Amino acid sequence: MSLTREEVEKVSLLGRLQLTSAELDLMTAQMGQIVAYVESLAELNTADVEPMAHALDVSNVFASDELRPSLERAAALANAPHHDREFYLVPAVLGE
Amino acid sequence: MTKPYTIIIGLEVHVQLLTRTKLFCRCSTKFGAPPNTQTCQVCIGMPGTLPVMNREAFKLALKTAVALNCEIADFTKWDRKQYYYPDLPKGYQISQYDLPFSHDGWLEIGDPKDRFERKKIGIIRAHLEEDAGKSMHDEVAGQADSRIDLNRAGTPLLEIVSQPDMRSALEAKAYLSELKLLLTYLGVSDCNMQEGSLRVDANINLHVDTPEGKVATPIVEVKNMNSFRAVERAMEYEAGRHYQVWQQTHQRLGDVPKQTRGWDDVANVTRGQRHKEESSDYRYFPDPDLVPVCVSEAQISEARKSLGELPAALRTRLENTHGIKPYDSDVLVSAGRGLVDYFVELAELSGDGKLASNWVQQDVMRTLNEQKIEIDQFRLQPTQLCELLKAIQDGQIDTGRAREVFIEMVASGKSAGEVMEAQGIEKVDESELVELCQELIAANPKIVADIRSGKQQAAGNLIGQAKKKNPNVNPGRLREIVLDLVGKM
Amino acid sequence: MSLVRLSATELLAQLTAGQITSVHLTEAYLGQIKRHDPQVKAFLRVDTQRALDRAAEIDKRRREGRPLGRLAGLPVAIKDLLCTQGEPTTCASRILENFKPPYDATVIARLKAADAVLIGKTNMDEFAMGGSTENSAFQKTANPWDLERIPGGSSGGSAACVAAGMAPMSVGSDTGGSIRQPAGLCGVTGLKPTYGRVSRYGLVAFASSLDQIGPLARTAEDTALLLEVLAGHDPLDSTSVDLPVPKYSATVKQPLKNLRLGLVREHFGEGLDGEVEAAVRQAVAVYESLGATIKDISLPHGKYGVATYYIIAPCEASSNLARYDGVHYGHRTDEKKMAAAIAAQRSTLEAAGKHVEAEALDNPLVRMYRQSRAEGFGPEVKRRIMLGTYALSAGYYDAYYLKALKVRRLIRRDYDQAFGQVDLIAGPVTATTAFKLGEKVDDPLAMYLVDLYTVSANLAGIGGIAFPCGFSEGGLPIGLQLQAPPFEEERLLRAACMFQRATDWHQRWPSMVPA
Repeated sequence: MSLTREEVEKVSLLGRLQLTSAELDLMTAQMGQIVAYVESLAELNTADVEPMAHALDVSNVFASDELRPSLERAAALANAPHHDREFYLVPAVLGE
Repeated sequence: MTKPYTIIIGLEVHVQLLTRTKLFCRCSTKFGAPPNTQTCQVCIGMPGTLPVMNREAFKLALKTAVALNCEIADFTKWDRKQYYYPDLPKGYQISQYDLPFSHDGWLEIGDPKDRFERKKIGIIRAHLEEDAGKSMHDEVAGQADSRIDLNRAGTPLLEIVSQPDMRSALEAKAYLSELKLLLTYLGVSDCNMQEGSLRVDANINLHVDTPEGKVATPIVEVKNMNSFRAVERAMEYEAGRHYQVWQQTHQRLGDVPKQTRGWDDVANVTRGQRHKEESSDYRYFPDPDLVPVCVSEAQISEARKSLGELPAALRTRLENTHGIKPYDSDVLVSAGRGLVDYFVELAELSGDGKLASNWVQQDVMRTLNEQKIEIDQFRLQPTQLCELLKAIQDGQIDTGRAREVFIEMVASGKSAGEVMEAQGIEKVDESELVELCQELIAANPKIVADIRSGKQQAAGNLIGQAKKKNPNVNPGRLREIVLDLVGKM
Repeated sequence: MSLVRLSATELLAQLTAGQITSVHLTEAYLGQIKRHDPQVKAFLRVDTQRALDRAAEIDKRRREGRPLGRLAGLPVAIKDLLCTQGEPTTCASRILENFKPPYDATVIARLKAADAVLIGKTNMDEFAMGGSTENSAFQKTANPWDLERIPGGSSGGSAACVAAGMAPMSVGSDTGGSIRQPAGLCGVTGLKPTYGRVSRYGLVAFASSLDQIGPLARTAEDTALLLEVLAGHDPLDSTSVDLPVPKYSATVKQPLKNLRLGLVREHFGEGLDGEVEAAVRQAVAVYESLGATIKDISLPHGKYGVATYYIIAPCEASSNLARYDGVHYGHRTDEKKMAAAIAAQRSTLEAAGKHVEAEALDNPLVRMYRQSRAEGFGPEVKRRIMLGTYALSAGYYDAYYLKALKVRRLIRRDYDQAFGQVDLIAGPVTATTAFKLGEKVDDPLAMYLVDLYTVSANLAGIGGIAFPCGFSEGGLPIGLQLQAPPFEEERLLRAACMFQRATDWHQRWPSMVPA
């Protein structure tokens, strides 16, 4: 499966990355090479193999429903690039 | 039904679970706090933070799923649903995708007014997920920055997805009412739509009758419905709109991509919402930061035991044990468990379910409404109210005067006996009543003639006169005596 | 002998005995940093004053006879992806250049509770993505053995600072080899614990199911000491395991009897540098001389490790890095410039009559996301976000991600079978010694293949250790890797210690470290 520039451009929107035209070209080539390499997995028959999403065999980890102090608002907002001391601010969203 | 189509509705309901803390961190879930004061590094999604599952949230979710007759999966996991939005701080929502913890249940609905037959609405699945924060947009869209409050981010939500089993707006509303009632009885959610703790999205299409049989029209998802009434109206509107569109386009299911529309509660219409093509590629995958949950049979039966009596069973019990009608049991059960308990005690004490039901539904509920209180804050205990009911049953007092006594009891806190005594209410002897009736019959020959000619309601005039002479007379008994005496003339 | 040449264990003994003070010791390391870090560039930030203050405070407490933590007074360097409250934690990325976490990572809290002196934050590949530390947005770290060469990565700064005598110990993280590989290339000891052994809370995530924090130090004994402090259950990390932490430092010097050492057939094939192979075989012979039996074993799916890894890791990374969107923290593009650019673009398109294209322009919010992320992330991070986003996107999930999870299971099964026959698996850490700076930057795939011997342990979730077992003719360190069944860190440490007691490779120093 070879990757087209259009596909890469679509992925860049999905992944919210702005790529220049030159970057798109390079990315298409490099991703194509890497994807071709990882496709070597296709040669393995894995029909009866359980997928392994975790390295651990652990289940049912819970915390009790006990309140812990939240951050002071100033501390919560301290790292925000744009805020008004109450809210995080972002460019207005139209029609979404 | 004369319309040339069947309406097909499925509902997706999100309810906030009544936990103290969020699903994956220990910040408060309390509604109404100043913006961004109930957040921490975890629910802000700061680098390095990790989620830890709230045990209580899972317990409440399990309880609900069992009450919805769902099958409980013995293995369930968490997935990330990925999309970018400023109120979703991690860039993904922790949810459940292919292995929800429960599936294939049902909820039975009926209409006390019998406008549709009782039916089971299938539940496809119920799963847990975290809520997003809130975005506030400028009135004039696009003019100022949007403001983001993350207090709500991470609040536990149970998403309950129904089968497309509803065939009318009325059924949709009934399903929502029954679901809300169930959740309230379970104590798993306060279901407050104004505060967003219950949210509804609907999927609707039509099966149109055509010469070649039923044809399904494209499914539309309707959002922004802020009350059950709005759901009902939106569904009615959409059904009509779908049929119009069908007549114009003859588009069938699959011809066009699924459309999303928002309900405008002021204009009473739905409007199309713009959606980017890529926005539905959520790239779900198992969340590596959370471990799976395995549910044992023991946990399921424990959840089942914790359910208590659910609305449907409760209605049946009230009807069977206390002899009230489905309409009345529905009103009582819908008014909440506290009121039902009050009714049951009153019915048992008085031995008359119907009388108790009437008094609870009318006088007690009206008082609660007027005083804006709950039943546990109500002044009169069932024993106190029962004293008044007994006086009615004994013929000591008529319903009209009993109402006055009731009001005074509520106002003063005095017992029925005390109020009745203060108002000089006492039972009038049968002989005294007969004497009074004979007097009135003698004095009102014209009315007597009317009664004899078959106008029984004319007796009312005599009863009115009797009450003026002696307010303690029981109008019911008086009527009987009058009719009896006139009949013998 | 210069203080900085002593092992942490020896230093701790001297501190405890009152022969040296923590201030004196900290000054010695700060001096070495001041002299040589301008060339090595191991540190992104050196906390000179805070470290000295902390050292003084610990010295005072020691003089007063008050209780002290396990590492009292010992300087420790921290990879800059562990959150330190109120202090910059950048992950060597522009996007987090000004980020100051409001909390401490669990391992940082543990180090503080153990009275370690946190001396500074070390350089790394941006978001731990890379094997050469060249992907740092801020500086390139050099290998102290040859300043023209890479120190390995992604924990290149943490390995280089220990190799250069700038810190006796450091903390790194290992997602596909990021502790073992730089340890091997810099000639220090580095351990990647079993997944779940050390809490990940506060470790800025790269690939959550593979990431694990671990120690780097001069010796196996020092590594044991540091691991003992780092390891343990953490209720804030659902994937941290609730198992007691053995007293690694108490047992590390006990040799393993009847050790069965497995040599992986597939590790000694094409691509393995001759000098590296010779050193590794020599090391195996040392074990044999210490009573170990050597067994030839096979990990048949090992050759799929890199391919599996480069699906799973980017998929998880693309998701983990979605949060860097310029909304709640981190870099945001200049909004005024952005708005002007959009307006200009729109009017150009409109003027050309391209109304459809003008309409299709990203809205300001989407543009803000894309622009901020484009400015904040370096090329390798972008590449992995793109790969992961692609592999998880509609229609590709089964072919890539699901397939990789299945192969991951096969890789794990290989290990389970192998550990039925042997106690430990020995082999090279990397196929070659450290390569030159810039040598592979334009060939991402070649760079990925450097992880060949290390990624499988992360996929399987098992522990591994790397330590020096020889030097190339050019004077570059060669590492030996040992891998063990889950939660057998003690075995790894004892085996490494056995070797170090029989050899002196780990006692060699680059010339910049005073005798």
